[in-house]
Amino acid sequence: MLNITSASPIVEIDHLSYWYDSSFLTLDNISFRMEQGDLLGIIGPNGAGKTTLFSCILGILTDYRGTVKLFGKEILKNRKALLSEVGYVPQHASIEQSFPANIEEIISFGLLGSIEKYSRSYAKDQVLKAMQIVGLTDKKNKRFNELSGGQQQRVLIAKAMVHNPRLLILDEPTSGIDQETQDRFYELIRKLNAEEKISIILSSHDLDAVSKLANKVACINRKMHFHGDAKDFFGDENMLKTYYESAMQTHLRLHQFNTKSNSQQLPST
Amino acid sequence: MTILEILEFGFMQRALISGIAVAAICSAIGLFLVLRKHSLFGDAMSHVAFGGLSIGLFLNLYPIWTAYAFTIIAALGITKMTDSIKIPPDSSVAILLSSGLAVGIVLISLSGGFSLDLFSFLFGSILLISTQDTITIVFLSIAILAIIAIMYRRLMYITFDEKQASVSGINVKLANYIFIVLAAITVVTSIRLVGVLLISALIVLPNITAILFGRGFKKTAIISIGIAIASVVSGIVISYFANIAPAGAIVLTGVAIFLCTIVTRNIRKSIRPIKITEPYLHNRSQE
Ligand SMILES: Nc1ncnc2c1ncn2[C@@H]1O[C@H](COP(=O)(O)OP(=O)(O)O)[C@@H](O)[C@H]1O
Ligand SMILES: [Mg+2]
Repeated sequence: MLNITSASPIVEIDHLSYWYDSSFLTLDNISFRMEQGDLLGIIGPNGAGKTTLFSCILGILTDYRGTVKLFGKEILKNRKALLSEVGYVPQHASIEQSFPANIEEIISFGLLGSIEKYSRSYAKDQVLKAMQIVGLTDKKNKRFNELSGGQQQRVLIAKAMVHNPRLLILDEPTSGIDQETQDRFYELIRKLNAEEKISIILSSHDLDAVSKLANKVACINRKMHFHGDAKDFFGDENMLKTYYESAMQTHLRLHQFNTKSNSQQLPST
Repeated sequence: MTILEILEFGFMQRALISGIAVAAICSAIGLFLVLRKHSLFGDAMSHVAFGGLSIGLFLNLYPIWTAYAFTIIAALGITKMTDSIKIPPDSSVAILLSSGLAVGIVLISLSGGFSLDLFSFLFGSILLISTQDTITIVFLSIAILAIIAIMYRRLMYITFDEKQASVSGINVKLANYIFIVLAAITVVTSIRLVGVLLISALIVLPNITAILFGRGFKKTAIISIGIAIASVVSGIVISYFANIAPAGAIVLTGVAIFLCTIVTRNIRKSIRPIKITEPYLHNRSQE
């Protein structure tokens, strides 16, 4: 077992740069650290590199420049042991709708891999506890496709936290769930952070979601534009203006790119 | 003659025992293949096995062993290939299927036409199975089921979402390779029961039927194995009394169970809307 001291930062990223296909610079010299207990909101427009950043943190991408440490250890050197302390909910979980597992079975997936051996009763207790926390105890025999979008999201969060991780990473958790469910979701995230003492990183292109939850904010759009306390970010009009401008620029860049490639495909009409 | 009396024949006992074993492994392996949208992989491998069988017949080796070797190597090879150059699964099936068949056809033409042996592999020959073969089939099936029982949660998680499974620390690549080898062994082992041409029915039918029941994963697997065993046993018995080819009878029984399940489900569904109209009736009475 890894000797993880509670004093080291949860996440520590130093001069991280990433190129897709060794040519497209997606993350440009990102550095930041995240302390125990933080609820960090990563904001940035679509295409800013949020998912790419998470892939580096989780060791899914390995060919980056710079260092990524979790709990004070380098992820690439201790991937399995470090990830057993992490829960992850990906952006678009591509789940086959007819998949026959029930909610209880899906949540118990989270125990696999991270813990070498566990007893049946331990698994049962953990799954029950996770179901209680996300409020799905009455749905345990339902199948995934019988639940609403918001409930599916909560199942995946329960799966990601069933092994008592210290860090939870949620990639765009609020996209695709309705307003009513969103409030319930915010409540759940606050509870996980405050009561279960799980440090949380969540990404969003929606400032609203982050402003309601996070105590720390990192604003990225290929580069790091801001990192610090949420109240400083949301209290600073210039900061918000910069954010919207850079979002607009990305939008325009993509738009130009699209019209260019379209006109190449359709030379004359 | 009653059903109990036919159990006294040695060939019937061997057919039923090996049939039950093969039904269990085909449906267990098949559940993962079906859920990965890889239903035809079994078909592809059976054609590769056909190539392997003809190699054995051509070189005068024991054909079933060359079939095992050839199929395992081909299945691992294509998995490695799809990993590194991203061939879509349906294309990999097409490649395996046609190259396996091509090897078979070439070797058969070289050795001067179909032999009886090859025929029995194409269409199955469960009633001709020897005691030695029955023991081998039972032994292999127990081993395959044991490995699946150990790995089934991991395989289920990988089937659910490969990326999340990998982040949870599961060695996805290794698990996939082990699974592919198990699938290859299952297909070759089962060829003698239903033959190269009908094997994929045994892999697919019980599972799509079991999924219709809408239960959790474990229950779906158990229902599927039950359906597979039921179709094999009744298929063999029916084939004896009706004097028809057992492989055909087994597959048609599977189809019949599948159709019955769909019909029952639709009848149940068409009963349900009556309940849904209740609030509507209630509203009317309030008016
Ligand atoms: N696998 C990939 N190969 C090449 N480019 C990619 C890949 N994944 C993402 N990108 C590009 O990298 C940029 C950042 O993507 P991403 O990290 O998904 O952004 P976000 O999550 O903030 O929306 C985008 O321009 C996207 O097109
Ligand atoms: Mg993203």
